[in-house]
Amino acid sequence: MEAVEVRDVYKFYKKYADRHKFLTIKSALVNKTLFGELQVSERFEALRGVSFEVKSGQTLGIIGENGSGKSTMLKILAGISKPTAGEVVTRGRISALIELGAGFHPEISGRENIFINGIILGLTRKQIQEKYDEIVRFAELEEFIDNPVKSYSSGMFMRLGFSIAINVNPEILLIDEVLAVGDASFVPKCLDKINEFRRHGKTIIFVSHDLATIERICDDVIWIKKGKIEMRGYPKRVTDAYLEYVGKKDEVKTLAQHGEEEKLSGREKEKRWGSREIEISNVRMFDGNDKEKYIFRADEPLAIQFDVDARAAEDDFVFGIGVYNGDGINCYGSNTLLENYAARRIQGKGRVRLMVPALGLVNGTYFLDVAVHKRDGYPFDYHHFQYTFRVTSSHRDVGIARIPHSWEFSDNIAFSKNENS
Amino acid sequence: MIEKLKEILRHRQLILILVSRELKARYRGTVLGFFWSLFNPLLLMLVYTVVFGFIIGGGRVAGFASTKLYALFLFNGILPWTWFSSSLLESSNVLMVQGALIKKIKFPIEVLPIMVVTTNMVHFLLGLPVLVAFFVIFGKGLTPWVLFLPVSLLAQYIFTMGLCFLISALTVHFRDIKDILANLLTLWFFATPIIYTYQSVPKALQYVLNLNPMTHIVESYHYSFYFGSLPHWKRFSVTILVGLLFFYLGYLLFDKLRDTYVEEV
Repeated sequence: MEAVEVRDVYKFYKKYADRHKFLTIKSALVNKTLFGELQVSERFEALRGVSFEVKSGQTLGIIGENGSGKSTMLKILAGISKPTAGEVVTRGRISALIELGAGFHPEISGRENIFINGIILGLTRKQIQEKYDEIVRFAELEEFIDNPVKSYSSGMFMRLGFSIAINVNPEILLIDEVLAVGDASFVPKCLDKINEFRRHGKTIIFVSHDLATIERICDDVIWIKKGKIEMRGYPKRVTDAYLEYVGKKDEVKTLAQHGEEEKLSGREKEKRWGSREIEISNVRMFDGNDKEKYIFRADEPLAIQFDVDARAAEDDFVFGIGVYNGDGINCYGSNTLLENYAARRIQGKGRVRLMVPALGLVNGTYFLDVAVHKRDGYPFDYHHFQYTFRVTSSHRDVGIARIPHSWEFSDNIAFSKNENS
Repeated sequence: MIEKLKEILRHRQLILILVSRELKARYRGTVLGFFWSLFNPLLLMLVYTVVFGFIIGGGRVAGFASTKLYALFLFNGILPWTWFSSSLLESSNVLMVQGALIKKIKFPIEVLPIMVVTTNMVHFLLGLPVLVAFFVIFGKGLTPWVLFLPVSLLAQYIFTMGLCFLISALTVHFRDIKDILANLLTLWFFATPIIYTYQSVPKALQYVLNLNPMTHIVESYHYSFYFGSLPHWKRFSVTILVGLLFFYLGYLLFDKLRDTYVEEV
């Protein structure tokens, strides 16, 4: 059975043309447009015909860029705002974790706020009484529960809010990015609780930018793009497509930057130096399919290619590359000399290609150095920090390089691991 | 409308806990918390007694046997007026102040103005024993007409509620209502027989006063305490009807604009 059905939902927001966001009676009287200005002058289309359904017991992830309409969708599902057109049917009690602790009163104690918040979320006093201990225990606030909420840290505040919302015991749980603000030790606990909900066959709709978590906990993922569903399907497939799209978008930017930098290089002498007896030009990067690209996944093959032009014949030359991360740390460097290529002859125009089967770097922006020089270091043409590329992937490892690895455990250590992560 | 009223009644537990939250938050941290809610009406009473009783009147106020009685009369009217004016002022920004509830939770928004009026009614009720004590201390005594109080209470609640629905809904769209309201309430205070008696007003002006529902509501308190007799039941009945009309129209508008609050507050 479907726990949630969304049929052709549209949501438009008003955008006021004038710089004042709010009307005043004074201005309305002066302009003689008491209700005229309430008319929509321009509208922002947050959702444009979204339809989907979620089966009872399923966990659906919603991803998308900022402003794509994810949160609007969630607010409509929660019944907080109404769709401009279309229909939403939900079956079962809903608890929405959109902003934790909304409605907490800072002046009164955590204990009293639990009761107030619980009733706001639809529990009865008796139900709260029954769950009270569990709420406090889960929030780890036993010692502070009688202090006013204003004395709580933001982490404590969030823990209490999450604990109440989760103990409302909903059939449908809506989560909007709230885990992003939690303290490091509490987030895994929240995820455990969410997994427990899944095991109990509850329906969950999870909005997040954290693709790794989405892949781990969702049965199904929807990608919303500019108010429309771009794609729905198996988590890994959708997140990969999404990453690719985001990457492409960034790539356009990076490509544009790339061209800029080539133009700039003449002026910025300190970034390029050498006698130019051999000249490097047209430095480009390609993926495994020979498509020009500047955003790569860590496990993807790539090629660095540049044209060389030696005006006179030369028998002492070395080609080299260097990769630097955003902190300026040299992640890798090598050249033909170090790899025992003995130079014999170069003359006229040529092309050099460096093939990399897998980049093995962690997420981040990198700079590329390309150079040709003599064996003793005399530079013909040295391009320093002239080119950038990016590594994006759903891996979240850190460091300088992604060292190939696998984990092994003895039999008495048990893990449950999702194949996606 | 009946359906909607039932819907509101279903939220009574929520209303109760929100009212007690407001009361607790206000009285928390101040030993004299209770006193503070009485401070304003007491101060008003004192100021008007001094001004009219001693500065202008030179020891007596026209129409009153003694300054003590005038003080009693004043407090009798100021107490319900404070309930009325505080409710209106607070409801003019309650939706903005409690914006988090509206924007982040599925929340029955009409509960907010109800919370405001009910909280202020509790302040009023807490002031009543003080009023009774004054009557006893000043040797005026009380009559069985005090039992009429619940009717006055209900009439005022309905009328105030209607206005508060209206105001809270409109201020979301017109932010200067709050400022206009503060001025309007000062005017309204003097257009209500609180610092003077209804009877002392010239006949021609009485017609004007009659148009003000608060005249009859405050009068009904005067009758049950100060005068100790049955209120002018015809005018009072009309006032109840007018109150119901305001309640109906206020709620209608509030309900009509309901979907706009999420985006506008």
